[in-house]
Amino acid sequence: MAVARPCGTYDESYAKDMAIVRTRLQWIILVVGLIFLLSLPLFLGGRWLNLLNLIGISLIAVHGLNILTGYCGQISLGQAAFMAVGAYTSGVLTAKLGFPFWVALPCAALSAGVVGLIFGLPSLRVKGFYLAMATLAAQFIIPALISHPLEGITNGVRSLVVPVPKLGQMAFTSPQSMFYIIIPIAVLMTFFAKNLVRTGVGRAFIAIRDNDLAAEVQGVNVFRYKLLAFFICSVYAGVAGCLWAHWMRAINPDHFTLMDSIWYVGMMIVGGMGSTAGAVFGVAFLRILDELTKVGVMWLSGIFVAWAAFLQAALGPIVYGLVIILFIVFEPRGLAHRWEIFKASYRLRPFAY
Amino acid sequence: MEAVLQYIANGLMVGGIYALIALGIVLVYKSTSVFNFAIGQMMMFGAFFFWMTTEQFGWPIWAGLVVSLTGGVVVGLLIERFTLRPLIGQPLLSAVLVTLALVYFLNGVAMGIWGAYPYRLPDFLPGAPVSVGGIVFSHDLLWSFFLAMAVFVLLLLFYQRTRMGLAMRATAESHQVAQARGINVRTIFSMSWALCGLVAAVGGMLLAFRLGVSQFLSLVGLKAFPAVLFGGLDSIPGALIGGITVGVLENLAGGLIAPWMMEITPYIILLLVLIVRPEGLFGLKRIERI
Repeated sequence: MAVARPCGTYDESYAKDMAIVRTRLQWIILVVGLIFLLSLPLFLGGRWLNLLNLIGISLIAVHGLNILTGYCGQISLGQAAFMAVGAYTSGVLTAKLGFPFWVALPCAALSAGVVGLIFGLPSLRVKGFYLAMATLAAQFIIPALISHPLEGITNGVRSLVVPVPKLGQMAFTSPQSMFYIIIPIAVLMTFFAKNLVRTGVGRAFIAIRDNDLAAEVQGVNVFRYKLLAFFICSVYAGVAGCLWAHWMRAINPDHFTLMDSIWYVGMMIVGGMGSTAGAVFGVAFLRILDELTKVGVMWLSGIFVAWAAFLQAALGPIVYGLVIILFIVFEPRGLAHRWEIFKASYRLRPFAY
Repeated sequence: MEAVLQYIANGLMVGGIYALIALGIVLVYKSTSVFNFAIGQMMMFGAFFFWMTTEQFGWPIWAGLVVSLTGGVVVGLLIERFTLRPLIGQPLLSAVLVTLALVYFLNGVAMGIWGAYPYRLPDFLPGAPVSVGGIVFSHDLLWSFFLAMAVFVLLLLFYQRTRMGLAMRATAESHQVAQARGINVRTIFSMSWALCGLVAAVGGMLLAFRLGVSQFLSLVGLKAFPAVLFGGLDSIPGALIGGITVGVLENLAGGLIAPWMMEITPYIILLLVLIVRPEGLFGLKRIERI
């Protein structure tokens, strides 16, 4: 990666060249930042913590999507459906079979991964948005299967109540305690995503994204890596779904619709495709925008009472749709690109080279 | 046996409408290679325009038709002008994603203007259900099927017989060559979106007779995607055959297996088509180079 480094900074060893965290200042920022993040529940209220939890869960889902779409170039419109697989696997395992949350979590990840593999199979023959169609099919087939033929075990549209995660005697009921499950997992998965794309696997993904035929000529087993990307993407979705289930404590097929899948794609675009930092920016940006719109709607409907119904129903979707469109048209590389520009100008200051 | 024939008949009729919507997608795809995910929303707008003028304002039917069709064209043109034209030359992925964002945006606008309640269109189509050998063809379905077919034939004639149609086919072949031969490709893009809007408005109104006008209509538009892929993305006859096949199969599955199968049969077909024959029945197989 060609990153602009400030003058006089040299990488003296291979290990230093490869390091994610390079300088002492960055280590300090990282450690202080993590400590700050994990101490947030001490002084934030439930509403804020729930927002952060939601950001954490969405972040995991968007990281998965980013690996598949941003790095491997395969569009997926089924992320919410794969989340549903994870949520229901974990929900059924804990609620009906009495498994502990800690066992259900990897099972959810794995089952979502396997289902993702099945819907990734068409990637053998199709690509681009033909593949988007296959995942669109997943987006309709999976919730329909959950609501009808599997109704006996999933409770269908009547919502499945999911038990609280427990560790020994401690039950994770409050937003504070869920924060300590969700955020560490989100941080770990961010770290994994960041590192994955620096490995040979990640470079194979990028080669497939840039030109799959050329990648194949170079000896990349395209089909295998595409399936791997699908698997990883769905594992992320499964983890996100499982956390969602235990955070919401009741799951319903309506939580995982096409609109949600488009939402995740939108977060990825706004953040910047093919950038791990971008996923963080995009998720935080859109979730906070969502929160602000809700506040704005409340405020505006107080002023324009006659328009209240319009504002409440319509403003949200209009704003999100517009934001995504504006980003695609004016800043297709997303917030991550802005961040890179900012970093470069900071590092090169006061010289403009 | 009679029941099976009845399902097939219903499927044929509904399939006609799917075919029309699929045609709208094919029109845009052929000339701009953008897949229009927002066609369901465009349909919904057509239906809402019609409902608004005839029911809310109490205007005559013909005025409603005119408003709805013009409205459809205007929506198509606006979409092209403000979201897709700035993306000419950008990766195709962006254009496809923009139509997805439009799904959100248009849903919000429709929700804002007309609310989330379903409305019924007045039943002014003349005639009564026809029974042929025990199989009942309800007259609104018959009307919509024949109207859909009429629009289909008109569009085929437009493509084959007019200068504009010829220019559109040329653009579909190659943007650069068409431009070199003096065709204004930008106009063609606007025209295809306008036509797509028109077709979507017709499809929306026809579906609304059966299902009422509501946000739900836009979901029906999603069933046109399997139809398009079944027939082949760039094939007009493929859209017709794909639409009807999807309609018939979903009604058979819904009637013979379980009602919920109706919702997902089109997508199962879609998956099978993608695995077995990705370019669709009549689609052009692209050979790629590095």
